[in-house]
Amino acid sequence: MIQLQSILTSMAEQGLLFAFLGLGVLITFRFFRFPDLTAEGSYPLGGAVAASLLVVGVDPFAATAAAVAAGAGAGVATALIHTKLKINNIIAGIIVMTALYTVNLRVMGRANVSLLTAPSIYEDIVRWLNALGFGLRDGAMTTIAITAVLLVLVSIALAAFLRTDLGLAVRATGENETMIRSLGVDTDRTKMIGLAISNGAIALSGALVAQNHGFADIGMGIGILVTGAAAVLIGEAIFGDRSIARWIVAAIVGVLIYRLLVALALRVGMQPVDLKFVTAALLLAALAVPRLRVRLVGR
Amino acid sequence: MSAAMLALEGVTKTFMAGTPNAVAALDRLDLALAAGDFVTVIGSNGAGKSTMLRAIVGLVEPEQGSIRLDGADITHEKVHRRAGAIGRIAQDPHESTCAVMSIEENLAMAAKRGQRRGLARAVTPALRERLRTELAAIGLGLEARLDARVGTLSGGQRQALALLMATLARPKLLLLDEHLASLDPKTAEAVMQLTDRLVREGALTTLMVTHNMHEAIRWGNRLVMMHAGRVVLDVAGADKAGLTVPGLVERFHEVSRETLSDDRVLLA
Ligand SMILES: Nc1ncnc2c1ncn2[C@@H]1O[C@H](COP(=O)(O)OP(=O)(O)O)[C@@H](O)[C@H]1O
Ligand SMILES: [Mg+2]
Repeated sequence: MIQLQSILTSMAEQGLLFAFLGLGVLITFRFFRFPDLTAEGSYPLGGAVAASLLVVGVDPFAATAAAVAAGAGAGVATALIHTKLKINNIIAGIIVMTALYTVNLRVMGRANVSLLTAPSIYEDIVRWLNALGFGLRDGAMTTIAITAVLLVLVSIALAAFLRTDLGLAVRATGENETMIRSLGVDTDRTKMIGLAISNGAIALSGALVAQNHGFADIGMGIGILVTGAAAVLIGEAIFGDRSIARWIVAAIVGVLIYRLLVALALRVGMQPVDLKFVTAALLLAALAVPRLRVRLVGR
Repeated sequence: MSAAMLALEGVTKTFMAGTPNAVAALDRLDLALAAGDFVTVIGSNGAGKSTMLRAIVGLVEPEQGSIRLDGADITHEKVHRRAGAIGRIAQDPHESTCAVMSIEENLAMAAKRGQRRGLARAVTPALRERLRTELAAIGLGLEARLDARVGTLSGGQRQALALLMATLARPKLLLLDEHLASLDPKTAEAVMQLTDRLVREGALTTLMVTHNMHEAIRWGNRLVMMHAGRVVLDVAGADKAGLTVPGLVERFHEVSRETLSDDRVLLA
Protein backbone atom coordinates (compact mmCIF):
# COMPACT_ATOMS: atom_id res chain seq x y z
CA MET A 1 0.00 0.00 0.00
CA ILE A 2 2.65 2.44 1.08
CA GLN A 3 4.75 1.12 -1.74
CA LEU A 4 2.02 1.80 -4.32
CA GLN A 5 1.57 5.30 -2.96
CA SER A 6 5.26 6.03 -3.21
CA ILE A 7 5.34 4.69 -6.78
CA LEU A 8 2.43 6.93 -7.74
CA THR A 9 3.91 9.98 -6.03
CA SER A 10 7.22 9.49 -7.73
CA MET A 11 5.48 8.92 -11.06
CA ALA A 12 3.48 12.13 -10.72
CA GLU A 13 6.45 14.18 -9.61
CA GLN A 14 8.86 12.97 -12.28
CA GLY A 15 6.12 12.71 -14.91
CA LEU A 16 4.99 16.30 -14.48
CA LEU A 17 8.58 17.54 -14.69
CA PHE A 18 8.98 15.63 -17.94
CA ALA A 19 5.59 16.71 -19.31
CA PHE A 20 7.06 19.87 -20.84
CA LEU A 21 9.37 17.59 -22.78
CA GLY A 22 6.30 15.76 -24.06
CA LEU A 23 4.76 19.04 -25.24
CA GLY A 24 7.98 20.03 -27.00
CA VAL A 25 8.36 16.70 -28.75
CA LEU A 26 4.67 16.82 -29.74
CA ILE A 27 5.36 19.89 -31.87
CA THR A 28 8.27 18.46 -33.83
CA PHE A 29 7.36 14.78 -33.87
CA ARG A 30 3.65 15.19 -34.56
CA PHE A 31 3.15 18.55 -36.24
CA PHE A 32 6.46 18.76 -38.12
CA ARG A 33 6.67 15.00 -38.60
CA PHE A 34 10.35 14.54 -37.91
CA PRO A 35 12.35 13.39 -34.89
CA ASP A 36 14.15 16.55 -33.80
CA LEU A 37 17.39 15.43 -32.18
CA THR A 38 18.07 18.99 -31.03
CA ALA A 39 16.11 17.81 -27.96
CA GLU A 40 19.09 15.68 -26.86
CA GLY A 41 21.07 18.89 -26.54
CA SER A 42 18.42 21.42 -25.54
CA TYR A 43 17.23 19.35 -22.57
CA PRO A 44 20.65 19.28 -20.86
CA LEU A 45 21.18 22.86 -22.10
CA GLY A 46 18.15 23.89 -20.02
CA GLY A 47 19.65 22.09 -17.01
CA ALA A 48 23.13 23.51 -17.60
CA VAL A 49 22.03 27.13 -18.05
CA ALA A 50 19.72 27.05 -15.03
CA ALA A 51 22.32 25.32 -12.85
CA SER A 52 25.23 27.55 -13.69
CA LEU A 53 23.14 30.68 -13.13
CA LEU A 54 21.73 29.35 -9.86
CA VAL A 55 25.15 28.54 -8.38
CA VAL A 56 26.29 32.12 -8.99
CA GLY A 57 23.21 33.41 -7.19
CA VAL A 58 20.89 34.39 -10.01
CA ASP A 59 17.20 34.45 -9.12
CA PRO A 60 15.62 31.02 -9.83
CA PHE A 61 12.90 32.51 -12.04
CA ALA A 62 15.40 34.43 -14.13
CA ALA A 63 17.63 31.34 -14.34
CA THR A 64 14.71 29.19 -15.50
CA ALA A 65 13.63 31.82 -18.05
CA ALA A 66 17.19 32.00 -19.35
CA ALA A 67 17.17 28.20 -19.74
CA VAL A 68 13.98 28.39 -21.81
CA ALA A 69 15.47 31.16 -23.97
CA ALA A 70 18.63 29.12 -24.53
CA GLY A 71 16.55 26.10 -25.59
CA ALA A 72 14.55 28.26 -27.98
CA GLY A 73 17.83 29.55 -29.40
CA ALA A 74 18.96 25.97 -30.04
CA GLY A 75 15.69 25.36 -31.92
CA VAL A 76 16.27 28.49 -34.00
CA ALA A 77 19.77 27.25 -34.86
CA THR A 78 18.40 23.93 -36.11
CA ALA A 79 15.70 25.72 -38.11
CA LEU A 80 18.21 28.08 -39.74
CA ILE A 81 20.55 25.23 -40.69
CA HIS A 82 17.59 23.38 -42.20
CA THR A 83 15.91 26.27 -44.04
CA LYS A 84 18.79 28.54 -45.07
CA LEU A 85 21.41 25.91 -45.85
CA LYS A 86 18.83 23.42 -47.18
CA ILE A 87 20.15 20.64 -44.97
CA ASN A 88 17.82 17.76 -44.07
CA ASN A 89 15.98 18.51 -40.81
CA ILE A 90 17.15 15.36 -39.00
CA ILE A 91 20.78 16.08 -39.91
CA ALA A 92 20.33 19.71 -38.83
CA GLY A 93 19.12 18.47 -35.43
CA ILE A 94 22.08 16.09 -35.12
CA ILE A 95 24.51 18.92 -35.92
CA VAL A 96 23.05 21.18 -33.24
CA MET A 97 22.81 18.31 -30.73
CA THR A 98 26.50 17.54 -31.25
CA ALA A 99 27.54 21.17 -30.94
CA LEU A 100 25.43 21.58 -27.80
CA TYR A 101 27.39 18.82 -26.04
CA THR A 102 30.41 21.11 -26.02
CA VAL A 103 28.29 24.18 -25.30
CA ASN A 104 26.77 22.46 -22.28
CA LEU A 105 30.19 21.46 -20.93
CA ARG A 106 31.44 25.02 -21.43
CA VAL A 107 28.37 26.48 -19.75
CA MET A 108 28.76 24.24 -16.71
CA GLY A 109 32.55 24.28 -16.74
CA ARG A 110 32.54 20.58 -15.85
CA ALA A 111 30.40 17.51 -16.39
CA ASN A 112 28.22 17.91 -13.33
CA VAL A 113 26.99 20.87 -11.29
CA SER A 114 25.48 20.27 -7.87
CA LEU A 115 22.58 22.48 -6.78
CA LEU A 116 22.17 21.14 -3.27
CA THR A 117 23.05 24.48 -1.68
CA ALA A 118 21.52 26.66 -4.42
CA PRO A 119 17.96 28.02 -4.21
CA SER A 120 15.34 26.59 -6.58
CA ILE A 121 12.17 27.88 -8.16
CA TYR A 122 10.27 25.48 -5.90
CA GLU A 123 11.82 26.73 -2.67
CA ASP A 124 11.09 30.29 -3.74
CA ILE A 125 7.44 29.61 -4.50
CA VAL A 126 7.00 27.69 -1.25
CA ARG A 127 8.55 30.60 0.67
CA TRP A 128 6.19 33.10 -0.98
CA LEU A 129 3.13 30.99 -0.43
CA ASN A 130 4.07 30.44 3.20
CA ALA A 131 4.55 34.17 3.61
CA LEU A 132 0.94 34.46 2.42
CA GLY A 133 -0.12 32.08 5.15
CA PHE A 134 -0.05 28.68 3.41
CA GLY A 135 1.69 26.13 5.58
CA LEU A 136 3.50 24.22 2.83
CA ARG A 137 6.45 21.93 3.22
CA ASP A 138 9.08 21.50 0.56
CA GLY A 139 8.25 17.93 -0.47
CA ALA A 140 7.10 15.79 -3.36
CA MET A 141 3.46 16.84 -2.99
CA THR A 142 4.39 20.51 -3.13
CA THR A 143 6.54 19.93 -6.20
CA ILE A 144 3.65 18.09 -7.83
CA ALA A 145 1.21 20.91 -7.11
CA ILE A 146 3.52 23.70 -8.30
CA THR A 147 4.56 21.83 -11.44
CA ALA A 148 0.97 20.94 -12.24
CA VAL A 149 -0.06 24.60 -12.07
CA LEU A 150 2.86 25.61 -14.29
CA LEU A 151 2.02 22.79 -16.70
CA VAL A 152 -1.61 23.85 -16.95
CA LEU A 153 -0.56 27.43 -17.70
CA VAL A 154 1.92 26.35 -20.38
CA SER A 155 -0.61 23.93 -21.90
CA ILE A 156 -3.31 26.60 -22.09
CA ALA A 157 -0.86 29.02 -23.70
CA LEU A 158 0.25 26.38 -26.21
CA ALA A 159 -3.32 25.37 -27.07
CA ALA A 160 -4.28 29.03 -27.51
CA PHE A 161 -1.25 29.64 -29.72
CA LEU A 162 -2.05 26.64 -31.91
CA ARG A 163 -5.47 28.17 -32.59
CA THR A 164 -4.16 31.58 -33.67
CA ASP A 165 -3.54 32.57 -37.29
CA LEU A 166 0.17 32.04 -36.74
CA GLY A 167 -0.43 28.78 -34.87
CA LEU A 168 -2.52 27.37 -37.72
CA ALA A 169 0.26 28.29 -40.13
CA VAL A 170 2.83 26.50 -37.92
CA ARG A 171 0.67 23.35 -37.82
CA ALA A 172 0.02 23.40 -41.56
CA THR A 173 3.75 23.80 -42.24
CA GLY A 174 4.35 20.24 -41.11
CA GLU A 175 1.25 18.81 -42.75
CA ASN A 176 1.15 20.48 -46.15
CA GLU A 177 4.00 22.88 -46.75
CA THR A 178 3.16 23.58 -50.39
CA MET A 179 -0.38 24.57 -49.48
CA ILE A 180 0.52 26.94 -46.68
CA ARG A 181 3.23 28.57 -48.82
CA SER A 182 0.65 29.03 -51.55
CA LEU A 183 -1.45 30.87 -48.98
CA GLY A 184 1.34 33.36 -48.38
CA VAL A 185 3.21 31.91 -45.41
CA ASP A 186 7.00 32.05 -45.20
CA THR A 187 7.59 28.49 -43.99
CA ASP A 188 11.21 29.26 -43.09
CA ARG A 189 9.73 31.48 -40.40
CA THR A 190 7.04 29.09 -39.17
CA LYS A 191 9.61 26.28 -38.88
CA MET A 192 11.78 28.57 -36.79
CA ILE A 193 8.86 29.47 -34.52
CA GLY A 194 7.81 25.84 -34.09
CA LEU A 195 11.33 24.63 -33.29
CA ALA A 196 11.91 27.52 -30.90
CA ILE A 197 8.74 26.74 -28.92
CA SER A 198 9.49 23.02 -28.95
CA ASN A 199 13.05 23.33 -27.69
CA GLY A 200 12.11 26.08 -25.25
CA ALA A 201 9.61 23.69 -23.63
CA ILE A 202 12.18 20.88 -23.64
CA ALA A 203 14.78 23.13 -21.99
CA LEU A 204 12.17 24.06 -19.36
CA SER A 205 11.89 20.37 -18.49
CA GLY A 206 15.68 20.20 -18.22
CA ALA A 207 15.80 23.26 -15.95
CA LEU A 208 13.02 21.97 -13.67
CA VAL A 209 14.45 18.46 -13.45
CA ALA A 210 17.88 19.85 -12.53
CA GLN A 211 16.33 21.95 -9.75
CA ASN A 212 14.27 19.01 -8.52
CA HIS A 213 17.10 16.45 -8.61
CA GLY A 214 19.63 18.92 -7.22
CA PHE A 215 22.14 18.68 -10.06
CA ALA A 216 22.66 19.16 -13.78
CA ASP A 217 24.64 16.54 -15.65
CA ILE A 218 26.12 16.50 -19.13
CA GLY A 219 24.59 13.05 -19.73
CA MET A 220 21.05 13.93 -18.64
CA GLY A 221 19.82 14.30 -22.24
CA ILE A 222 20.89 10.94 -23.58
CA GLY A 223 17.89 9.17 -25.07
CA ILE A 224 15.55 12.01 -24.11
CA LEU A 225 14.03 12.31 -27.59
CA VAL A 226 13.06 8.65 -27.55
CA THR A 227 11.52 9.17 -24.12
CA GLY A 228 9.49 12.11 -25.45
CA ALA A 229 8.46 10.29 -28.59
CA ALA A 230 7.44 7.20 -26.62
CA ALA A 231 5.32 9.39 -24.35
CA VAL A 232 3.64 11.16 -27.27
CA LEU A 233 2.88 7.86 -28.96
CA ILE A 234 1.60 6.19 -25.78
CA GLY A 235 -0.72 9.17 -25.25
CA GLU A 236 -1.93 9.04 -28.81
CA ALA A 237 -2.58 5.32 -28.63
CA ILE A 238 -4.95 6.06 -25.75
CA PHE A 239 -6.54 9.36 -26.78
CA GLY A 240 -6.36 9.25 -30.55
CA ASP A 241 -5.21 12.39 -32.35
CA ARG A 242 -8.40 14.32 -32.85
CA SER A 243 -8.00 17.84 -31.54
CA ILE A 244 -5.48 20.25 -30.10
CA ALA A 245 -6.74 19.75 -26.56
CA ARG A 246 -6.58 15.98 -26.91
CA TRP A 247 -3.11 16.11 -28.39
CA ILE A 248 -1.85 18.14 -25.46
CA VAL A 249 -3.57 16.00 -22.84
CA ALA A 250 -2.33 12.88 -24.63
CA ALA A 251 1.27 14.09 -24.56
CA ILE A 252 1.06 14.82 -20.84
CA VAL A 253 -0.71 11.58 -19.91
CA GLY A 254 1.72 9.74 -22.16
CA VAL A 255 4.65 11.04 -20.12
CA LEU A 256 2.95 10.07 -16.86
CA ILE A 257 2.26 6.55 -18.09
CA TYR A 258 5.78 6.27 -19.40
CA ARG A 259 7.13 7.21 -15.97
CA LEU A 260 4.75 4.75 -14.31
CA LEU A 261 5.95 1.93 -16.55
CA VAL A 262 9.56 2.84 -15.81
CA ALA A 263 8.86 2.90 -12.07
CA LEU A 264 7.18 -0.50 -12.32
CA ALA A 265 10.07 -1.90 -14.31
CA LEU A 266 12.41 -0.88 -11.51
CA ARG A 267 10.11 -2.43 -8.90
CA VAL A 268 10.00 -5.79 -10.63
CA GLY A 269 13.76 -6.01 -10.31
CA MET A 270 15.17 -4.29 -13.37
CA GLN A 271 18.29 -2.24 -12.84
CA PRO A 272 18.78 1.40 -13.90
CA VAL A 273 21.13 0.11 -16.62
CA ASP A 274 18.14 -1.70 -18.15
CA LEU A 275 16.06 1.46 -18.50
CA LYS A 276 17.11 2.45 -22.00
CA PHE A 277 16.14 -1.00 -23.18
CA VAL A 278 12.77 -0.60 -21.47
CA THR A 279 12.33 2.79 -23.17
CA ALA A 280 13.16 1.31 -26.55
CA ALA A 281 10.70 -1.53 -25.97
CA LEU A 282 7.98 0.94 -24.95
CA LEU A 283 8.57 3.05 -28.06
CA LEU A 284 8.42 -0.04 -30.22
CA ALA A 285 5.22 -1.18 -28.53
CA ALA A 286 3.60 2.26 -28.86
CA LEU A 287 4.42 2.24 -32.58
CA ALA A 288 3.49 -1.37 -33.27
CA VAL A 289 0.34 -1.81 -31.19
CA PRO A 290 -1.90 0.68 -33.09
CA ARG A 291 -0.76 -0.88 -36.36
CA LEU A 292 -1.42 -4.41 -35.21
CA ARG A 293 -4.81 -3.30 -33.93
CA VAL A 294 -5.68 -1.86 -37.35
CA ARG A 295 -4.60 -5.07 -39.00
CA LEU A 296 -6.48 -7.33 -36.61
CA VAL A 297 -9.67 -5.35 -36.09
CA GLY A 298 -9.75 -3.63 -39.46
CA ARG A 299 -10.39 0.07 -39.89
CA MET B 1 -4.37 46.73 -76.29
CA SER B 2 -4.94 47.19 -72.58
CA ALA B 3 -2.25 46.02 -70.19
CA ALA B 4 -2.56 42.28 -69.53
CA MET B 5 -3.47 40.90 -66.11
CA LEU B 6 -1.09 38.00 -66.70
CA ALA B 7 1.69 37.96 -69.28
CA LEU B 8 4.10 35.09 -69.90
CA GLU B 9 6.85 35.92 -72.34
CA GLY B 10 9.35 33.40 -73.67
CA VAL B 11 9.02 31.28 -70.53
CA THR B 12 11.34 28.28 -70.72
CA LYS B 13 11.85 25.44 -68.25
CA THR B 14 13.92 22.37 -68.88
CA PHE B 15 13.86 19.63 -66.27
CA MET B 16 17.05 17.65 -65.77
CA ALA B 17 18.85 20.02 -68.11
CA GLY B 18 22.20 18.78 -69.33
CA THR B 19 21.34 15.12 -68.85
CA PRO B 20 20.20 12.62 -71.50
CA ASN B 21 16.77 12.77 -69.83
CA ALA B 22 16.33 16.54 -70.28
CA VAL B 23 12.68 17.52 -70.80
CA ALA B 24 11.75 20.90 -72.25
CA ALA B 25 8.51 21.26 -70.26
CA LEU B 26 8.06 24.90 -71.28
CA ASP B 27 9.61 26.11 -74.52
CA ARG B 28 9.58 29.89 -75.05
CA LEU B 29 5.96 29.97 -73.96
CA ASP B 30 4.00 33.17 -74.68
CA LEU B 31 0.55 33.76 -73.23
CA ALA B 32 -1.31 36.87 -72.12
CA LEU B 33 -4.61 37.12 -70.26
CA ALA B 34 -6.69 40.28 -70.07
CA ALA B 35 -8.39 41.10 -66.79
CA GLY B 36 -11.53 38.96 -66.48
CA ASP B 37 -10.45 36.39 -69.07
CA PHE B 38 -11.61 32.84 -68.29
CA VAL B 39 -9.29 30.66 -70.34
CA THR B 40 -9.59 26.90 -70.62
CA VAL B 41 -6.37 25.01 -71.34
CA ILE B 42 -6.12 21.64 -73.07
CA GLY B 43 -3.20 19.58 -74.33
CA SER B 44 -1.85 16.05 -74.19
CA ASN B 45 -0.15 14.60 -71.11
CA GLY B 46 3.25 16.20 -70.70
CA ALA B 47 2.36 19.26 -72.79
CA GLY B 48 3.52 21.49 -69.92
CA LYS B 49 0.16 22.66 -68.56
CA SER B 50 0.90 21.92 -64.92
CA THR B 51 4.43 23.26 -65.23
CA MET B 52 3.03 26.53 -66.61
CA LEU B 53 0.72 26.91 -63.60
CA ARG B 54 3.51 25.96 -61.20
CA ALA B 55 5.76 28.57 -62.80
CA ILE B 56 3.06 31.20 -62.32
CA VAL B 57 2.73 30.41 -58.58
CA GLY B 58 6.49 30.15 -58.19
CA LEU B 59 6.92 26.43 -57.48
CA VAL B 60 8.97 26.14 -60.68
CA GLU B 61 11.54 28.78 -61.60
CA PRO B 62 11.91 29.39 -65.34
CA GLU B 63 15.46 29.62 -66.65
CA GLN B 64 14.39 32.10 -69.31
CA GLY B 65 11.54 34.48 -69.98
CA SER B 66 9.37 36.60 -67.73
CA ILE B 67 6.07 36.35 -65.91
CA ARG B 68 4.19 39.56 -65.12
CA LEU B 69 1.09 39.76 -62.96
CA ASP B 70 -0.93 42.96 -63.12
CA GLY B 71 2.14 44.81 -64.33
CA ALA B 72 4.59 43.48 -61.71
CA ASP B 73 7.43 41.15 -62.67
CA ILE B 74 7.02 38.05 -60.48
CA THR B 75 9.30 35.69 -62.43
CA HIS B 76 11.70 35.12 -59.54
CA GLU B 77 9.55 36.20 -56.61
CA LYS B 78 9.16 33.70 -53.75
CA VAL B 79 5.97 31.60 -53.63
CA HIS B 80 4.71 33.13 -50.40
CA ARG B 81 5.29 36.68 -51.61
CA ARG B 82 3.10 36.36 -54.69
CA ALA B 83 0.52 34.12 -52.98
CA GLY B 84 -1.77 36.98 -52.02
CA ALA B 85 -2.66 37.55 -55.65
CA ILE B 86 -2.99 33.96 -56.85
CA GLY B 87 -5.47 31.25 -55.86
CA ARG B 88 -4.73 27.76 -57.15
CA ILE B 89 -6.03 24.22 -57.05
CA ALA B 90 -3.20 21.80 -57.76
CA GLN B 91 -3.52 18.72 -59.93
CA ASP B 92 -2.75 16.56 -56.89
CA PRO B 93 -6.01 16.81 -54.91
CA HIS B 94 -4.17 16.54 -51.60
CA GLU B 95 -1.97 19.55 -52.27
CA SER B 96 -4.72 22.19 -51.97
CA THR B 97 -6.17 21.39 -48.54
CA CYS B 98 -4.81 20.23 -45.20
CA ALA B 99 -6.39 16.85 -44.45
CA VAL B 100 -5.70 16.69 -40.71
CA MET B 101 -7.12 20.14 -40.03
CA SER B 102 -10.80 21.06 -39.87
CA ILE B 103 -12.90 22.71 -42.58
CA GLU B 104 -13.04 25.97 -40.65
CA GLU B 105 -9.31 25.92 -39.94
CA ASN B 106 -8.55 25.39 -43.62
CA LEU B 107 -10.84 28.25 -44.58
CA ALA B 108 -9.43 30.48 -41.86
CA MET B 109 -5.95 29.94 -43.29
CA ALA B 110 -7.26 30.76 -46.77
CA ALA B 111 -9.08 33.88 -45.55
CA LYS B 112 -5.67 35.24 -44.48
CA ARG B 113 -4.13 34.63 -47.90
CA GLY B 114 -1.16 36.93 -48.39
CA GLN B 115 -1.72 38.76 -45.08
CA ARG B 116 0.45 38.96 -42.00
CA ARG B 117 -0.48 36.28 -39.48
CA GLY B 118 -0.27 37.18 -35.83
CA LEU B 119 -1.53 35.98 -32.48
CA ALA B 120 -5.20 36.73 -33.05
CA ARG B 121 -7.57 33.80 -32.71
CA ALA B 122 -7.95 32.27 -36.18
CA VAL B 123 -11.56 31.08 -36.08
CA THR B 124 -13.60 33.90 -34.54
CA PRO B 125 -17.40 33.79 -34.23
CA ALA B 126 -17.60 36.45 -36.95
CA LEU B 127 -15.47 34.41 -39.34
CA ARG B 128 -17.46 31.29 -38.53
CA GLU B 129 -20.68 33.10 -39.47
CA ARG B 130 -19.18 34.23 -42.76
CA LEU B 131 -17.92 30.72 -43.53
CA ARG B 132 -21.36 29.26 -42.78
CA THR B 133 -22.88 31.61 -45.35
CA GLU B 134 -20.23 30.88 -47.96
CA LEU B 135 -20.49 27.11 -47.41
CA ALA B 136 -24.29 27.15 -47.44
CA ALA B 137 -24.14 28.76 -50.89
CA ILE B 138 -22.20 25.73 -52.18
CA GLY B 139 -25.10 23.50 -51.19
CA LEU B 140 -23.13 20.48 -49.99
CA GLY B 141 -24.14 20.71 -46.34
CA LEU B 142 -20.62 21.56 -45.24
CA GLU B 143 -21.88 24.54 -43.21
CA ALA B 144 -23.08 22.05 -40.60
CA ARG B 145 -19.69 20.33 -40.40
CA LEU B 146 -17.33 23.24 -39.82
CA ASP B 147 -15.20 21.34 -37.33
CA ALA B 148 -14.98 18.12 -39.35
CA ARG B 149 -11.55 17.14 -40.58
CA VAL B 150 -11.02 17.69 -44.29
CA GLY B 151 -9.69 14.13 -44.54
CA THR B 152 -13.21 12.86 -43.84
CA LEU B 153 -14.75 14.66 -46.85
CA SER B 154 -15.68 13.09 -50.16
CA GLY B 155 -13.68 14.00 -53.26
CA GLY B 156 -16.34 16.42 -54.48
CA GLN B 157 -16.68 18.11 -51.10
CA ARG B 158 -12.93 18.45 -50.85
CA GLN B 159 -12.61 20.04 -54.30
CA ALA B 160 -15.49 22.41 -53.55
CA LEU B 161 -13.71 23.40 -50.35
CA ALA B 162 -10.44 23.85 -52.25
CA LEU B 163 -12.29 26.11 -54.68
CA LEU B 164 -13.69 28.21 -51.87
CA MET B 165 -10.21 28.41 -50.31
CA ALA B 166 -8.71 29.53 -53.61
CA THR B 167 -11.30 32.29 -54.11
CA LEU B 168 -12.15 33.38 -50.55
CA ALA B 169 -9.64 36.23 -50.40
CA ARG B 170 -10.47 37.48 -53.92
CA PRO B 171 -7.16 36.82 -55.67
CA LYS B 172 -6.31 38.56 -58.95
CA LEU B 173 -5.74 35.24 -60.65
CA LEU B 174 -7.31 31.80 -60.26
CA LEU B 175 -5.42 28.72 -61.48
CA LEU B 176 -7.24 25.39 -61.73
CA ASP B 177 -5.31 22.25 -62.68
CA GLU B 178 -7.70 19.46 -63.70
CA HIS B 179 -9.66 20.10 -60.53
CA LEU B 180 -12.57 17.90 -61.70
CA ALA B 181 -10.41 14.97 -62.80
CA SER B 182 -10.99 12.70 -59.80
CA LEU B 183 -14.76 13.32 -59.57
CA ASP B 184 -17.68 11.31 -60.94
CA PRO B 185 -19.60 13.07 -63.77
CA LYS B 186 -22.45 14.31 -61.59
CA THR B 187 -20.18 15.73 -58.91
CA ALA B 188 -17.87 17.17 -61.56
CA GLU B 189 -20.81 19.04 -63.08
CA ALA B 190 -21.81 20.46 -59.68
CA VAL B 191 -18.26 21.56 -58.85
CA MET B 192 -17.90 23.08 -62.33
CA GLN B 193 -21.11 25.07 -61.91
CA LEU B 194 -19.74 26.31 -58.62
CA THR B 195 -16.44 27.19 -60.31
CA ASP B 196 -18.23 29.23 -62.95
CA ARG B 197 -20.30 31.06 -60.36
CA LEU B 198 -17.30 31.92 -58.16
CA VAL B 199 -15.31 33.10 -61.19
CA ARG B 200 -18.17 35.33 -62.31
CA GLU B 201 -18.93 36.71 -58.86
CA GLY B 202 -15.30 37.57 -58.24
CA ALA B 203 -14.72 38.66 -61.86
CA LEU B 204 -11.58 36.48 -61.53
CA THR B 205 -9.03 36.16 -64.27
CA THR B 206 -8.87 32.39 -64.61
CA LEU B 207 -6.76 29.66 -66.20
CA MET B 208 -8.49 26.27 -66.08
CA VAL B 209 -6.62 23.19 -67.26
CA THR B 210 -8.87 20.31 -68.23
CA HIS B 211 -8.50 17.03 -70.11
CA ASN B 212 -12.16 17.17 -71.10
CA MET B 213 -12.64 18.89 -74.48
CA HIS B 214 -16.39 19.33 -73.91
CA GLU B 215 -15.68 21.28 -70.75
CA ALA B 216 -12.95 23.27 -72.46
CA ILE B 217 -15.36 24.37 -75.19
CA ARG B 218 -18.33 24.90 -72.92
CA TRP B 219 -16.75 27.07 -70.24
CA GLY B 220 -14.84 30.33 -70.33
CA ASN B 221 -14.42 32.93 -73.05
CA ARG B 222 -11.21 31.60 -74.56
CA LEU B 223 -9.55 28.25 -75.26
CA VAL B 224 -5.85 27.53 -75.46
CA MET B 225 -4.21 24.32 -76.64
CA MET B 226 -0.68 23.53 -75.47
CA HIS B 227 1.78 21.14 -77.02
CA ALA B 228 5.43 20.51 -76.22
CA GLY B 229 5.64 23.48 -73.89
CA ARG B 230 4.05 26.06 -76.20
CA VAL B 231 0.63 27.44 -77.06
CA VAL B 232 -0.37 25.98 -80.42
CA LEU B 233 -3.98 27.14 -80.61
CA ASP B 234 -5.68 30.18 -79.10
CA VAL B 235 -9.35 30.71 -79.84
CA ALA B 236 -11.65 33.34 -78.31
CA GLY B 237 -15.15 34.75 -78.59
CA ALA B 238 -17.34 33.67 -81.51
CA ASP B 239 -14.63 31.37 -82.93
CA LYS B 240 -14.54 29.52 -79.63
CA ALA B 241 -18.32 29.19 -79.59
CA GLY B 242 -18.03 27.51 -83.01
CA LEU B 243 -15.53 24.87 -81.85
CA THR B 244 -16.50 21.20 -81.84
CA VAL B 245 -14.80 18.26 -80.18
CA PRO B 246 -14.04 16.50 -83.50
CA GLY B 247 -12.68 19.80 -84.84
CA LEU B 248 -10.41 20.16 -81.81
CA VAL B 249 -9.24 16.56 -82.04
CA GLU B 250 -8.37 17.05 -85.71
CA ARG B 251 -6.51 20.26 -84.92
CA PHE B 252 -4.69 18.43 -82.16
CA HIS B 253 -3.56 15.66 -84.54
CA GLU B 254 -2.35 18.22 -87.06
CA VAL B 255 -0.26 19.87 -84.37
CA SER B 256 1.26 16.64 -83.12
CA ARG B 257 2.05 15.54 -86.71
CA GLU B 258 3.78 18.84 -87.32
CA THR B 259 6.00 18.45 -84.29
CA LEU B 260 6.56 14.81 -85.15
CA SER B 261 7.81 15.72 -88.62
CA ASP B 262 9.93 18.46 -87.08
CA ASP B 263 11.56 15.78 -84.97
CA ARG B 264 12.13 13.63 -88.03
CA VAL B 265 13.84 16.54 -89.71
CA LEU B 266 16.00 17.01 -86.66
CA LEU B 267 16.87 13.35 -86.46
CA ALA B 268 17.60 12.97 -90.18
N1 LIG C 1 9.57 17.98 -61.34
C1 LIG C 1 9.79 17.45 -62.55
N2 LIG C 1 10.93 16.80 -62.80
C2 LIG C 1 11.18 16.27 -64.01
N3 LIG C 1 10.34 16.33 -65.05
C3 LIG C 1 9.17 16.97 -64.87
C4 LIG C 1 8.84 17.55 -63.61
N4 LIG C 1 7.61 18.13 -63.71
C5 LIG C 1 7.20 17.91 -64.97
N5 LIG C 1 8.14 17.21 -65.66
C6 LIG C 1 8.06 16.82 -67.08
O1 LIG C 1 7.72 17.99 -67.81
C7 LIG C 1 6.80 17.67 -68.82
C8 LIG C 1 5.56 18.51 -68.66
O2 LIG C 1 4.88 18.07 -67.49
P1 LIG C 1 3.51 18.71 -67.00
O3 LIG C 1 3.65 20.17 -66.96
O4 LIG C 1 3.12 18.03 -65.74
O5 LIG C 1 2.51 18.29 -68.17
P2 LIG C 1 0.93 18.32 -68.22
O6 LIG C 1 0.42 18.95 -66.99
O7 LIG C 1 0.61 19.11 -69.44
O8 LIG C 1 0.50 16.89 -68.37
C9 LIG C 1 6.52 16.19 -68.72
O9 LIG C 1 7.35 15.53 -69.65
C10 LIG C 1 6.93 15.84 -67.32
O10 LIG C 1 7.38 14.52 -67.24
MG1 LIG D 1 -0.77 18.23 -65.47
